[in-house]
Amino acid sequence: MSLDTARAAVSPPRETAARRVSARLSRTPRLRLGLLISAPLAWLVLVYVVALAALLITALWTVDSFTGDLDRSAWTLDNLRLVLTEQLYRTVTLRTLSIAATVTVIDVLVALPIAFYMAKVASPRVQRILVIAVLTPLWASYLVKAYAWRSTLSDGGLVEWLGAPLGVQSPGYGLPAVVITQAYIWLPYVILPIFAGLERVPNSLLDASSDLGAGTWRTVRSVIMPLLFPAIIAGAIFSFSLTLGDYITVNIVGGANQMLGNLVYTNAGAANNLPLAAALALIPITIMIVFLAAVRRTGALDNL
Amino acid sequence: MKHNLTRRGGRRTAAAALTAVSLIALSACGGDGGNGGDGNGGAQAVEELGENEGQVSILAWPGYVEDGSNDPAVDWVSSFEEETGCEVTSKVYGTSDEALNLAKTGEYDVIAASGDLSLRLIASGDAAPVNTDLVENYEGIFDFLKDTEWNTVDGVNYGIPHGYGANLLMYNADEVDEPTSWGAVFEESEMQKYQGKVTAYDSPIYIADAALYLMKTQPDLGIENPYALDQEQLDAAVDLLKTQRQYVGEYWSDYLKEIQAFQTGDSVIGTTWQVIVNAIDKPSIKAVLPEEGATAWNDTWMLSSQSENVNCAYAWMNHIVSPEANAQATEYFGEAPNSEAACEETENPDHCETFHAGDEEYSEQLWYWRTPVKECLDGRDAECTDYSQWTQAWTEIKG
Repeated sequence: MSLDTARAAVSPPRETAARRVSARLSRTPRLRLGLLISAPLAWLVLVYVVALAALLITALWTVDSFTGDLDRSAWTLDNLRLVLTEQLYRTVTLRTLSIAATVTVIDVLVALPIAFYMAKVASPRVQRILVIAVLTPLWASYLVKAYAWRSTLSDGGLVEWLGAPLGVQSPGYGLPAVVITQAYIWLPYVILPIFAGLERVPNSLLDASSDLGAGTWRTVRSVIMPLLFPAIIAGAIFSFSLTLGDYITVNIVGGANQMLGNLVYTNAGAANNLPLAAALALIPITIMIVFLAAVRRTGALDNL
Repeated sequence: MKHNLTRRGGRRTAAAALTAVSLIALSACGGDGGNGGDGNGGAQAVEELGENEGQVSILAWPGYVEDGSNDPAVDWVSSFEEETGCEVTSKVYGTSDEALNLAKTGEYDVIAASGDLSLRLIASGDAAPVNTDLVENYEGIFDFLKDTEWNTVDGVNYGIPHGYGANLLMYNADEVDEPTSWGAVFEESEMQKYQGKVTAYDSPIYIADAALYLMKTQPDLGIENPYALDQEQLDAAVDLLKTQRQYVGEYWSDYLKEIQAFQTGDSVIGTTWQVIVNAIDKPSIKAVLPEEGATAWNDTWMLSSQSENVNCAYAWMNHIVSPEANAQATEYFGEAPNSEAACEETENPDHCETFHAGDEEYSEQLWYWRTPVKECLDGRDAECTDYSQWTQAWTEIKG
């Protein structure tokens, strides 16, 4: 009450609608909070929950192969059954999985020494330069990098030219080219979490380990690795999931091969079979859910 | 305080707008249920034209709508824009399936459709009847291109014939002896010479190329029409393509990708269009029409049933089939023009002879793209495989 009189002495605010709303909001923090988060929440629900549900439902429809119209009246499990039983989809799933796994292993193996050097050996100046060097490729477009590899690996390209004196031949377009390109493109995403993880390993632990007589390998195995494991998994999630859903690189350097993403793309974009595309898209989603559930137990998700 | 409130309100509006947009996008993704599979038999073609709307959007094969941006000398859009005041936006597509998807969005007023697309557009109600009386230049078009099974249904015209041409066999003369037969890309003994450097068109319709080869080389299979295959014949074609797959370096549907692959030497032999041969400035890259004949296309300019720029659409159809524009466009793409008058306008005086324009007999040797359907196109009493089976088979072939 006294507040009101004080305000009135200055100049009474006009009782506009906006002011009434504002007063109400200031009295009810819950409403305020609700309004604040409703937009991002709606966005999340729309993008993730609704989109996933739409995907699942779309997979139950069928499509008229001649006119390309969707038949939404009768729901059927045919698409899901086809995806599960057809040999082709199993082959492609396995191919995609092994590409993703190979890329991940290569990236982790390459990233470990680089990250270790950056975090533990390099001077602060060199460390800063290296962090920038690792980040720089992220500024270039994905397509540019993929096409760069296409010309590098092509007939008479850089690899063949450099390798000729050594008798090395370009692998040409195909799965090896896909693995090389993907490993290159996703490498920064693996180096950075591992680098961050290594920075958090105190140097004193390494000193203590060597004071207690442990050799290099012993220290790596018993001290660094257990501490670093969540960071490695975090990096692996990036390279694995990004490779799993990719269909552009394989289109550019993969020759005649197809991955799961291509099947989704051709069914949605070319064959006009949206329901089958939706059913196929559920495969990588399922794989990722299983993968994430498995790594959740390692605590790696805290490192993302 | 007031300022803050407005800002928040603005953000909420933005969120609501985003929500609405996403919902629209989602429902659009779900496809358009408004015009079920029963076509639009009741729809009428317009009786007369009005004022031009000022813009027209065109969906076409690459090389059909050239405004000089690819090659300053190749331009038949600018003159149209000046004459009619209709500003042209265009999009190119790589396969008929892709075009079907794009056409269904309703964003395009005019669509250049091959025979494997036109009937599907008519059946799904995405194509509107066309009043040919309103297209001045329709009269001069070769009669055998008019009222054909891929542009006319129940006596109603759905489009204006553009031109036709064959899918050729392209090769790099430095690495390959001049082929005379499609066997060069279907027989193992031939393909072994260029393992991993064979290319093929990345679309289910390519199965017809294999079927055509089988039709000529294995008469036992009894293939009469490469677009009318029963299960056994389809299986034979699929087997042939699976063999071919082992020698294929990459498939192409993006014509720029094929141009690049032939330029670098990553592909040395495979199916092509004349426009691709023209685009490669390497004298060793040549194309032939093999002795078995070829699959081919016969294209129609169609009007979208969702078009909001009908007058400009008619203006475009009239322009593109005019002798001058048609001569330019068909010569650039490498196909036969649609009229005698266009033949006189071509830069190369032998163009029409090369592409056998107006030669009905030759035209009958070509197998124009059609959509395979259950009811056999060659009229025999059997159950044929339809396009969804072809699509399924095609993913299997690629493996």
